[in-house]
Amino acid sequence: MMNADYQSLLPLIVLSAGATILMLQIAFRRGIVLTATLTTFVLLLAACSVVPAASSIPRLVTPLLQADHIALLFCALFCVAAAVTTVLSIDYLGQRGDQPEEYFLLLVLSTLGACVLAYATHFASLLLGMELMSVALYALIAYPDKSVLPLEAAVKYLVLSGAASASILFGFALLYAATGTLEFVELGRQLGAIPSGDLMLLVASFMIISGIGFKLSLVPFHAWTPDVYDGAPAPITGFLASVSKAAIFIVLLRWFIEADLFRYSILIESITIIAVISMLVGNLLALLQKNIKRMLAYSSIAHMGYLLIILVVSSDSNYRALATEAGIYYLVAYTATTLAAFGLLTMISARHTVRENVQLDDVHGLFWHQPLLASLMLVSLLSLAGIPLTAGFIAKFYLFNVAITGYYWILLASLVIGSSIGIYYYLRVVFYMTRWGDEQQSTLSLVNRPLARIISCALIASILLLGIIPQPLMEYLKSIT
Amino acid sequence: MSLLILIAFLIVGGLIALFSERINEQLPRWVSLAITILALGYIWLFCRQLPIESFSVIPNPTDGSSWLIHLRLEWIPRFGIAFELAMDGLSLLLVVLTLLLGIIAISSSWVEIKFKPGLFQANVLWSLAGVIGVFLAMDLFLFFLFWEVMLIPMYLLIAIWGHEDKAYAAMKFFIFTQFSGLLMLLSIVTIAWQAAIINGSYSFSYFDLLGVPFDSSLAFWMMLGFFIAFTVKLPSFPFHTWLPDAHTQAPTAGSVLLAGILLKTGAYGLLRFCIPLFPEASMEFAPIAMALGAAGVIYGAVLAFAQTDFKRLVAYSSVSHMGFVLLGLYAWNNLALQGAVMQMVAHGVSTAALFMMAGALQHRLHTRDMNQMGGLWHNAPRMGACAMFFAVASLGLPGLGNFVAEFLVLVGLFAVQPWFAVIATLGLIGAAVYSLWMIQKTFQGEPNNELVMADFGVREMGTMAAMMIALIWLGLYPQPVLDLAQPVLDSLRVFLVASPQLGGVS
Repeated sequence: MMNADYQSLLPLIVLSAGATILMLQIAFRRGIVLTATLTTFVLLLAACSVVPAASSIPRLVTPLLQADHIALLFCALFCVAAAVTTVLSIDYLGQRGDQPEEYFLLLVLSTLGACVLAYATHFASLLLGMELMSVALYALIAYPDKSVLPLEAAVKYLVLSGAASASILFGFALLYAATGTLEFVELGRQLGAIPSGDLMLLVASFMIISGIGFKLSLVPFHAWTPDVYDGAPAPITGFLASVSKAAIFIVLLRWFIEADLFRYSILIESITIIAVISMLVGNLLALLQKNIKRMLAYSSIAHMGYLLIILVVSSDSNYRALATEAGIYYLVAYTATTLAAFGLLTMISARHTVRENVQLDDVHGLFWHQPLLASLMLVSLLSLAGIPLTAGFIAKFYLFNVAITGYYWILLASLVIGSSIGIYYYLRVVFYMTRWGDEQQSTLSLVNRPLARIISCALIASILLLGIIPQPLMEYLKSIT
Repeated sequence: MSLLILIAFLIVGGLIALFSERINEQLPRWVSLAITILALGYIWLFCRQLPIESFSVIPNPTDGSSWLIHLRLEWIPRFGIAFELAMDGLSLLLVVLTLLLGIIAISSSWVEIKFKPGLFQANVLWSLAGVIGVFLAMDLFLFFLFWEVMLIPMYLLIAIWGHEDKAYAAMKFFIFTQFSGLLMLLSIVTIAWQAAIINGSYSFSYFDLLGVPFDSSLAFWMMLGFFIAFTVKLPSFPFHTWLPDAHTQAPTAGSVLLAGILLKTGAYGLLRFCIPLFPEASMEFAPIAMALGAAGVIYGAVLAFAQTDFKRLVAYSSVSHMGFVLLGLYAWNNLALQGAVMQMVAHGVSTAALFMMAGALQHRLHTRDMNQMGGLWHNAPRMGACAMFFAVASLGLPGLGNFVAEFLVLVGLFAVQPWFAVIATLGLIGAAVYSLWMIQKTFQGEPNNELVMADFGVREMGTMAAMMIALIWLGLYPQPVLDLAQPVLDSLRVFLVASPQLGGVS
């Protein structure tokens, strides 16, 4: 490997070195603030390291990793998201659990896994990244709290995620048996020689799709989502919902494009069906929830359904660049919004150790005694609902623009119907927050440091900024796709 | 630039009202009153600067610079989206109406709102800013943005300060408009995409999209997307079901804003966007639209008669009156269009007054149930006289604004679709029945000594008197309003050349 190769992998190197340093630091001296500061520093350094890395791309570093603008962009996004999660976790962890320092180590490892996924162009690196990310997440879900709910969530996620990984792995094995390669590009070349109706390919793609569908929590592989979201500590739920989903989606998109899987119309059709039912089922089930975290879980199912539109539209090579651009914008907007929503749940739940304050009744009248937090929640909910002036709207606008290029009316109709249903459950939270009078005052007491408030203000500012002045990011995305 | 300043002024004014609450509970209402009056004064100032002839020049609908005021700032060049505002006579008329009714709304909520008055007034000002944005935006993306954003303060007004069933009403209102709004967004994106294929570059500007020959089968569905969005807001039968709930549950100022101006954004959208963008498709669709309009006129009148809730009655009467607007717009000849514009203004004033009356009654009697009222005239003769005046205005008494509007619509409509004109005329009879019945149930009848209430004071009488003068003026000398809108109507009528269905007298 040459120097330029190392340079283009700078974010991964910084994260790995950071993880080692953190481990040593924890071994020598415990202290949550110290560890958290160091973690934030490492993550931000990794995010900044994409700038020097950008000078030596695009290049294929070993057959495993493809360093390009998209990989670097997502590395930066994941690192920043992890840094935000770190800061939000400080108060939350400070209130519960003993010796929570390893939590931050796990967070860095999980982020490293996500970044590897952003680079992955080979089944080996895909699996490596995915497992690194997921294994750290199992521990993160169960780590901070010793109560039943997080443990149940962690075990559920461990078992089901393990099964999904096994299914993906089996699919890879079948593909390897059929084509003799694990590289995405080479796979695409070899697939051309095999008739498209081949049974082995069919089984392989079925296994991989169901595994990926599980990781992205698409219907009908979604059943774990609400329980895990509900049980996991709020900051980790935010991380799981944004970073892990985005990482899986981006590697899926890369695999489809590089191996040109769009030639299999049956694949595209089944993705269309999954997208439509995810949008509808996710939104419909979210209507029934009284727990905000479960509601957000179902809403994330619907959002992943929206996102699949990108994959379907990419099948037309004329509009693939536009679709990729839209997909990246959507992921950025969704990451910021999800982090904000869960960040606020983290802040209102930090004090209570028995259970988190995530029932609708818990936010009763939040507008009147915590106007700042409530306005932040309002903005993130409006962004999830896709109301103008927020990042979520521009993302949805992108989806409309992308889906119209091929006149995918079924997808568009599901998008319209799904979004309209979504309004109800997002606004219900707003309604609870604005209630006054008739019931007892909520007894929320907050223990937040100013830093957490600054972070959430920054998140909200970024959501509004992406919604009001989207041009710079759009221009950048257009230039790299 | 002045249009941007106008909108920004209202938004900043909202913030000032919000924070003025910390100084004094009474201050927000004064602040928002002052802001609205200053905004009106500002419009008057910059209209005075314009040469008087420019108000009679027919604006070129595909060239913003021929309009009274035009502002274009690049915003999202990636998709050819600009921050583009423009004003012609029609927009000017509606913006002035918006601000005037804003003053009425603020006045009607003067003593009603005890809880967080600062936030309340801020929401009132923000919804005014949103509506003005809708009337001025000439970029379809920007138009959609204002269209959606104006809902949020209105949602909060209903959800926070509404009456007993506010959650249901606010949610229904939002979901109806949001769903139809998404259909419109889909249509907007589709026509922009079609235009991008034809012109080679993305643009969402009204001036660029007007006159683009869309694929005809697609155009019909796109037109339908716009039509549904606008008729939900109008509201027209059968999309009206959100309206009685929202109006009934909203606080008085909310009802005044909803009925007075939010409904007009639907009519404005049809006139400005739906019909000119898709002339052929609209021509095909006109009979159905007119049938919906006629059905709305009758249906609204019949249901209004069946209500015992004062506010619900007024709400259903709005459905009936807005049916005339739909009929006038799709008749698409000069008289009918003049009538539709006139109806937008006159209905705004008369219904705002009736909702203010309903609010005043509820504030005093703590009920809206007309079965519990009766003989109120005895105690409150000034209120009775005002209610009588606006009831007969609403039923279309000659000499008042609503009569001019409905008469013009019916005359114009008769030239195109005589049978629809006949049906709509029946609606006028219905209006007489429910309006007079409303007065009989509330103010007339045996005086009831248990119902003692204070009569209108100076503030309320002043507001009512202003609206009476406006209606009388509109009824006796409507020409200035018609003159202001005429050049715009002329310019828009170019898009739809006279046809057997849509032509007729001019």
